[in-house]
Amino acid sequence: MITRSKVFVPRDTTACSLGADKVAAALQRHFRVNDIAVDVVRNGSRGLYWLEPLIEIETDKGRQAFGPVYPHDLEEFIGARCWEGNTDFSKHLGLTEEIPFLQKQTRVTFARVGVIDPLSISEYKQHAGFAGLEKALAMSSQDIVSELKQSGLRGRGGAAFPAGIKWQTVLDSESAQKYIVCNADEGDSGTYSDRMLMESDPFCLIEGMLIAGLAVNADQGFIYLRDEYPLAHNVLTEALVRAREGNYLGNNIQGSDKSFDIEIRLGAGAYICGEETSMLESLEGKRGEVRPKPPLPAVKGLFGKPTVINNVISLASVPTIINQGAACYESYGVNSSRGTLPFQLSGNIKQTGLVELPFGASLRDLLYDFGEGSRSGKPLRAVQVGGPLGAYLPESQWNTPLDYEAFSAIGAMLGHGGIVAFDESVDMREQARFSMEFCALESCGKCTPCRIGSVRGVEVIDRIKNGENTDENKELLKELCATMVAGSLCAMGGLTPYPVLSALEHFAEDFEQGK
Amino acid sequence: MSGSREEVVAAIVSKFKETPGPLLVVLHAVQNELGFIPPEIVPVIAAGLNLSRAEVHGVISFYHFFRSAPAGRHTIQICRAESCQAMGSRELEKHARQSLGIEFHQTTADGQITLEPVYCLGNCACSPAIRVGDAIHAHVDSDSFDSIVADLQTEAVEVKS
Repeated sequence: MITRSKVFVPRDTTACSLGADKVAAALQRHFRVNDIAVDVVRNGSRGLYWLEPLIEIETDKGRQAFGPVYPHDLEEFIGARCWEGNTDFSKHLGLTEEIPFLQKQTRVTFARVGVIDPLSISEYKQHAGFAGLEKALAMSSQDIVSELKQSGLRGRGGAAFPAGIKWQTVLDSESAQKYIVCNADEGDSGTYSDRMLMESDPFCLIEGMLIAGLAVNADQGFIYLRDEYPLAHNVLTEALVRAREGNYLGNNIQGSDKSFDIEIRLGAGAYICGEETSMLESLEGKRGEVRPKPPLPAVKGLFGKPTVINNVISLASVPTIINQGAACYESYGVNSSRGTLPFQLSGNIKQTGLVELPFGASLRDLLYDFGEGSRSGKPLRAVQVGGPLGAYLPESQWNTPLDYEAFSAIGAMLGHGGIVAFDESVDMREQARFSMEFCALESCGKCTPCRIGSVRGVEVIDRIKNGENTDENKELLKELCATMVAGSLCAMGGLTPYPVLSALEHFAEDFEQGK
Repeated sequence: MSGSREEVVAAIVSKFKETPGPLLVVLHAVQNELGFIPPEIVPVIAAGLNLSRAEVHGVISFYHFFRSAPAGRHTIQICRAESCQAMGSRELEKHARQSLGIEFHQTTADGQITLEPVYCLGNCACSPAIRVGDAIHAHVDSDSFDSIVADLQTEAVEVKS
């Protein structure tokens, strides 16, 4: 059999936002018109976003990388006939696996991301896909749950609740109908790991949900996907079709007596629906208003039934944990933060992208070793970790180890691993004001501290800006924040004060009169 | 689909009636079909799903994505979230409002462009980001914004002629 050469051009939102679709189409046209036996494979992204569109060519030594190859670079790429193994092109980067940004990572959950054709079940299986499912099908529900508990996996969506304990509660809840809900409402600014995984390795999420179904005896799953992710929607929809055709969804999965299916439900632009109870309301077709807890969703969740709710990355970590064993996963990380976290470098960073690492590295490592400092060339000044509800950290805190407890000890949170860097031109009073403004815009309105507190917060910060009783208003802002922290029903109102107070504390000069 | 708005909506409602928790699914389908959710069809949805009109209206008004009035030919969403702010989205926003002569949630007088804010497109590695239809654009500044808008306007002219 003659194997045709392969050229990989990512089909990923960010790669496409930089022209990857145009590059792929132009290459396909060139190969067709000139009768060149080369296939253009649309893989996912490796997550080296400052190098996208990153083209790869398969060679005996491994994949050679070229990037960023914008549409206007194609003439040179084609002229050099890079697909024949030639590397005489100004944007040649060497072997992909040897690019330091990638080489220094520990890709566990993202092992296949950017490597395979996201929609090919056979490639997925060649890279250990469905191996976890195969093991899980031979295990008892309790054994699966115990394995997950032992792995130390904590919810990757932000709250970091031990996933195994959640599953145990659902397993122990008596009900003929239970649900698995995947929270794919990745609304935090600076985060894109869920999107990447869904676009680049959708079967991994499907497999994780399937194993969750086997673990708690649920036969129906929902993916609550945000409307802002059209490509992820497209890829997941097709992956579900292929999984059904391959008997990985439906009845008698892989010859077993187990059934499971998944439905995608689209959100409609409400940030609060990433909060789990608000998401359940939204899935039920209602306003996304937060529910008081208890009852926990694990006991009384979707349509009143016991429900596992996990984030995309939590669920996508499950197949590896079951396949390689809890001990292997648990061997990564520090303290009670076990395993790896895909960090996402965003904002004003030179080398942005996804960095999967065991817990315990420092923020400074990420910002400088991986990120190489600011994109603007100006000194970095503030870094927001964990999305819009996460604290702004000044340079003095950048050596804090990236683990859940260490961050919580400094009044910050790792959240979903998003890291947004700002250079010295940032106005931290404006950032604090935006935190309150965002809370006012996105509050579900159910509880007063969040609904009204955020509006008052914007007003108080405006008064500070206008120099009206600055000191008194700063005190008032702190009191208001304390009320929101103590009195809000969920994390929206309860955590919005963190970025505000951290800005006020660590960047006090930006709140001075006349600034 | 052909027929009056009411017929279109009635067909969507009957298609999803048996789906558990169908309202968002129905609203997405209606907006997909009609481009917006006309207030006069709210009673059709309510009756079809055995809900009150207030419940349906409450859901439509809760979610930013649902529109009760038609949008322009193209909708441009500008990301206002932190990562884009770190790369100059505040200036981009200002430029967009000035150059189009409209505020957020408004449509240009020629009916071509509606401007909407959005809070994260997941393109934070290449901020600032905007979305036009299903296409996301990276590293957008005033100049590239103008050329994206110019392309949309040319496209509109070509379609018309």
